[in-house]
Amino acid sequence: MPTPDPREVILEARDLTREFDGVKALDAFNLKLHRGQVLGLLGANGAGKTTAMNCMLGLTLPTSGALFAFGKELQAHRIEILRRANFSSAYTALPANLLVWQNLLVFAKIYRVPKPKERIAELLEMMEISHLHKRVTGQLSAGESTRVNLCKALLNKPELLLLDEPTASLDPDIADKVRKIVLRIRSELNCGILYTSHNMKDIEEVCDHLMFLHKGKVVMEGTPKDIVERSSSSTLEDVFIKIARDGEIVDETTKKEEVAP
Amino acid sequence: MSLAVIQALVLRYLFLYTRSPMRLVELIFWPVVELVIWGYLTLFIQENTTGDFPRIIVFLLGAMILWDVIFRAQQGVAISFLEDVWTRNLLNVFVAPVRTVEYLAATFCVGFLRILVTITVLGLVAGFMYSFNIFTLGWALLPFFMNLMVSGWALGMISTALILRWGQAAESLAWAVPFFIQPFIAVFYPVSAIKPEWVQTISWALPPTHVFEGMREVLKTGVFAWDKFFWAAGLNLIFLTAAGMVFFYMLTLTRRRGLLTKFATQ
Repeated sequence: MPTPDPREVILEARDLTREFDGVKALDAFNLKLHRGQVLGLLGANGAGKTTAMNCMLGLTLPTSGALFAFGKELQAHRIEILRRANFSSAYTALPANLLVWQNLLVFAKIYRVPKPKERIAELLEMMEISHLHKRVTGQLSAGESTRVNLCKALLNKPELLLLDEPTASLDPDIADKVRKIVLRIRSELNCGILYTSHNMKDIEEVCDHLMFLHKGKVVMEGTPKDIVERSSSSTLEDVFIKIARDGEIVDETTKKEEVAP
Repeated sequence: MSLAVIQALVLRYLFLYTRSPMRLVELIFWPVVELVIWGYLTLFIQENTTGDFPRIIVFLLGAMILWDVIFRAQQGVAISFLEDVWTRNLLNVFVAPVRTVEYLAATFCVGFLRILVTITVLGLVAGFMYSFNIFTLGWALLPFFMNLMVSGWALGMISTALILRWGQAAESLAWAVPFFIQPFIAVFYPVSAIKPEWVQTISWALPPTHVFEGMREVLKTGVFAWDKFFWAAGLNLIFLTAAGMVFFYMLTLTRRRGLLTKFATQ
């Protein structure tokens, strides 16, 4: 497993705030994602994870603050940045009536992938779904769809990968396969991965740095092990529940109570 | 603007159409039904009246076919966008390195291809059933066709902008928008038939009106109405620019309000 390079920040959010009708979905949010790092964004529903990710993808414009990827301002260099990045979400799909290879070929061409057919074959093999390449996308199981979506997300060998709940609604076996794939991707591409999930097993196994969000603010961050120790909890799930219910967590290291508004 | 990206997006729509023959049926079925009904109706009236009817059937069938140029071009833009919404693919496209102009250019190409399919079929049916030769319009067909296609693109952008503004609840606008202007653009009757007279000012402000009036003039006199062509082209330039601005404004507004993701994952 490559060591995250602390010198190379590939994604940075500076004081990012996003308001919806006067309510702050993100409040002075700061983030630095390094090359080779898997950063987990955690929080209950409505904590601000999706808003953060949408801002980082340029889908939602922030109310204030700035976003940089590869050292360049996101909105000003959007296309250039998106060519080096990719995204997969449990909540998006590829056109259901197209064959798997057709969907992947279209995106390979959009991302200007050299030798697209070879790259598609390589990825399908990596995901152990080569047999699906002539299948209708809409007829795939949830696990197969997730892996096809991951193929799409890896077509351009991204340096920055955003994964939004990639194991949502997957059975434990497939979820385990997906986690191993994510680790393999990080290792092979040495890319930075921003990862959201409600599955704590995912987070513990895949992420090397976590940020807990509550009402748009980061209330705790660190490695999964550190966070569990610092919060006197037995598991990461306990930390998640405490933050989700109380919006606060006692940091044993600093003995300082951080209270979200 | 990247041609490779536009080609990739067009390729996706071609895959969609070839994988779903029902979409092709939609391109052919309704226009043919309409043509057959109008054709029989005019034949019936022609047989039971005296006067200028041979020319009227030519007017009506020509108008019907040219109306379909606007409608199919508009649908090419609006329905292509909706296809991405329906398949929950919109986010994949918007987070890919696709410029908005490339996305629109691809939908314009889809509009053009839709027109080609529909017009070819309608031309053949009209020729076979009513001995109507669409090329009666001669070389005038091409500038008329181009102008109507541009009008359709502009209407497509407006339809999409409205859907972006009001969400999927407004998706029926993808079909309705062309019909908002149909009564005013003198498709099946001359502008002089539009009453009260002040409404005619609105009619002349719309680019397709000049095309349909021009078409009737060609069929009647055999002379190409350059003034009407230039009016249509000039107005189209204004309408296309305005529609593009409205579309970009709505897209920015949707992003600013954070509605794009909600809209795309509904």
